[in-house]
Amino acid sequence: MLHIIAMKDEKIFLAHGAGGKQTRVLIESLILKYFNDSLLKSLPDAAVVSIPSDSERICFTTDSFVVKPLFFPGGDIGKLAICGTINDLAVSGAKPAYISCSLIIEEGFSIQYLEKILKSMAKAARKSCVRVVTGDTKVVEKGKCDGIFITTSGIGIKRYQVPSGLQDIKPGDAIILSGVPGMHELAVVCSRENLNFDMTLKSDCAAIDGLIDGVLRVSNRIRFMRDPTRGGLAACLNEIASGCNFGLKIYEDKIPMTEQVRSICEILGFDVINLACEGRVVMIVDCEDAERIVSVMRKHPLGTRAEIIGRVSCECSGRVILQTIHGFERFIRMPSGKQLPRIC
Amino acid sequence: MKHIDEFRNERYIGVLVSQINEVSRKIKKEVKLMEVCGTHTMAIARSGLKKTLPENVRLISGPGCPVCVSPNSYIDTAISISELKDIRVATFGDMYRVPSGNRSLEKQAADGAKIDIVYSPLDALKIAEEKPCQEIVFLGVGFETTAPLTARVIQYAKNKGIKNFRVLSGHRLIPPAMQTLVKDLNHEIHGFICPGHVSAIIGSVPYRIFPEKYGIPCVISGFEVIDILHSILMLLEMISGEKKTSVVIQYKRCVEEKGNPEALKIMREIFDVVDAEWRGIGLIESSGLAIGKRYRELDATYIFSTKPLYRHDPKGCLCGEILKGIKKPSDCKLFGKLCTPEHPVGPCMVSSEGTCAAYYSYER
Repeated sequence: MLHIIAMKDEKIFLAHGAGGKQTRVLIESLILKYFNDSLLKSLPDAAVVSIPSDSERICFTTDSFVVKPLFFPGGDIGKLAICGTINDLAVSGAKPAYISCSLIIEEGFSIQYLEKILKSMAKAARKSCVRVVTGDTKVVEKGKCDGIFITTSGIGIKRYQVPSGLQDIKPGDAIILSGVPGMHELAVVCSRENLNFDMTLKSDCAAIDGLIDGVLRVSNRIRFMRDPTRGGLAACLNEIASGCNFGLKIYEDKIPMTEQVRSICEILGFDVINLACEGRVVMIVDCEDAERIVSVMRKHPLGTRAEIIGRVSCECSGRVILQTIHGFERFIRMPSGKQLPRIC
Repeated sequence: MKHIDEFRNERYIGVLVSQINEVSRKIKKEVKLMEVCGTHTMAIARSGLKKTLPENVRLISGPGCPVCVSPNSYIDTAISISELKDIRVATFGDMYRVPSGNRSLEKQAADGAKIDIVYSPLDALKIAEEKPCQEIVFLGVGFETTAPLTARVIQYAKNKGIKNFRVLSGHRLIPPAMQTLVKDLNHEIHGFICPGHVSAIIGSVPYRIFPEKYGIPCVISGFEVIDILHSILMLLEMISGEKKTSVVIQYKRCVEEKGNPEALKIMREIFDVVDAEWRGIGLIESSGLAIGKRYRELDATYIFSTKPLYRHDPKGCLCGEILKGIKKPSDCKLFGKLCTPEHPVGPCMVSSEGTCAAYYSYER
C-alpha cells in the first residue's frame, strides 16, 4: 500500500525528507526497491558489516557528487557516485566491499529521475559486487541545491600490497595509462553546453576495480596507482612528481587518443591532459613488468587502449615534462583554476 | 584532423628549423620578432618551439590578449554595473577573475552578483530572451576577431526589439597598438608575426604601413607549429635582405588580402572608432570601438552612469611592460611568487592567453 502512495507523487516534496510517513514511503517503495541489501532492509541506524578474518586493514573513503547535467552520455550522477567511490578504493589496493549513500534532493525533483538514478547506482554496485548498506535522504527547499547531490562513502578490504604512498617510485619505472583521457569531462561539457558535434562521445565513467584486479594478479611490482579525476592527467602526474621528488617524462605520442577526442579538444581549445576522467587509472610500475601489465590491461574491456606513456626520471625532480609530438619539450603544470565547474 | 596533422608533421618541422638556422646565421645581430596574438603566444609556449630557435632569434609577446589589455577602468565599470539591481553580467570566462584593486567579477559573484560565463555574445543574448525581467549586460572584449560577432548581436537585438540587452564595449583594434609600439623609440622590433584570426577580418592592407614606413616586415601567420616556424623563416628571409620587406600572408587557408568585407561592414555599421586606453600602454588614438549613436540604447556606458575609480596598475606588476614586449614575465618580481594563476595580481596571469600565464604554465 505504501508503494502505491509513493508512485502517486511525481515530484519530491519537503515532506519526503521530513522523517515522517512520506520519508518512509520514499525509502521503502523507491530506495529499497533498488538497494535491497539484507543489511539495509531493516533500516538500522548503522550497518554492522563483517570483514574477512585474515584482513589486517581496511580502506575508507568518501566523495560527493554534484555533476551538471545529472544525465550525460555514458552515465549519470548515480553511476558516477558509485564508480567514483569504488575507484578510490580500488586504486588504494583494496577490494571495494561496502558503500553508504547519502542523497540531498531539491524540492520538486522528478521522482522518475530519482528512480533512474537509483537504478543506475544499483546496477553499478551490483557489477562490482559492492553492497550499499546504509544511507540517508534529505530534501532541501527549491533552489537550495541543483536537483540532487549525492555523497558516497566506501569501505574496502586492503588485499594487495600496493603501497599507498609514493616512497617506492624509482627512476626508470614505467608510467601506464589505461585508456583515452578526458572523455568524461568532454562528454559532460558537450552535454551541458549543448555542443552538438554530431558524435557519439561518451564519458569514460566506469568502475575500474576489475581492471586493477587483473593487473594485481600478474604483478606485485606496482609502485603506485591513482585515478586521474578532476584536473586530469596533468594534476595526477604533478601530484606524483612532487610527492616522489623524481621527474616524470611523458611522451605525447604515446598518450592513447581518438580522433573524436582530439578534434573536440582542438575545436574547444582544451588540453586533453587537463581534462577529467572517471574510469581511467595511472600506474607507476617496475619497468620489467610494464609490458606484461599493459597486455593484461588490454584484454580487459576498460583497458583496451592501455599504453606506457612515460618514465620516471632523475632529471627535473618534482616536475612533469612532456615531449610533444613535434619532438620539443615543455612542462606539464598542475592545472589551476581554469577547469570547468561541476563535472563530477 | 588529417588536415591538422599535415601542419604538425615532424619531418617538415625539421626542415624548417634547419632553414631558420641557416638564414639566421646570415643575420649578424639579435632579431626580435613580436607576436601580437594571445593564441600565438599560447601555441608557441605549448609547442616548446622557442628552444629550437637559434640564439639570435628572440620571440617576444606583444599586446595580443584582449583581456590583458583591458584597463582597470573597464573592469571597474563592469563591476559597478554588476552591483546594480536586477542586472546580470555576461562575460567570457577569462574576464571573470581579472582583479581590479581587491575586487573582481569572481568576488562579486561570491557576494551574490549575477555573473554568467558565456562562450559567445549569442549566449548572452539568449539569456536576455529567456529572462525578460532582468537586464543583461554583455562584456564585449576582443579584437577585430570578436567585434563583428558582437556587432551582429547588437544589430539583431535592435531589430528584434530586445530591450533588456546591453553591451559594454571594450573592443580594441590591433594595428594602432602595433604602430604605437613601433613609434616607441626605446623599442626595437624587427618583425611582426601578425595575428591570423584578426587578419581574417581586416586582411593584410592595414599592416602595409609597417614595411613601407618603418621597414618592418610582417607575416600573417597560422597557429600550427609549422605555420609559426614557416612565418619565422619568412620574416628572417626579409630581415636578412634575401627577400623584399613586405606584408606576406602565410595563413593563406584563412586570410585574404581584402579580409572579410561582410564583417568589416557590420563593424562600421555598429561601432565608431574612438581613442581608447590600453593597459600598460595608455591612450592610443583610434584604437577602440564604441557603440555608435544609432545603437545607443544598447550601449551599457550610455544607459548606466557608473563612475569607475581611476586606479593605478597593481604595485610592482610589470603587465604593462610585458604587454609591450619590453620585459619578460621572469623579470617581474611578483611573477610566480605573489602572482600565480591561483592568485593573479595582473591580467597577464589571469587570461589563458596571457603572456605570464603561458610562461608560467609551459616554460618556467
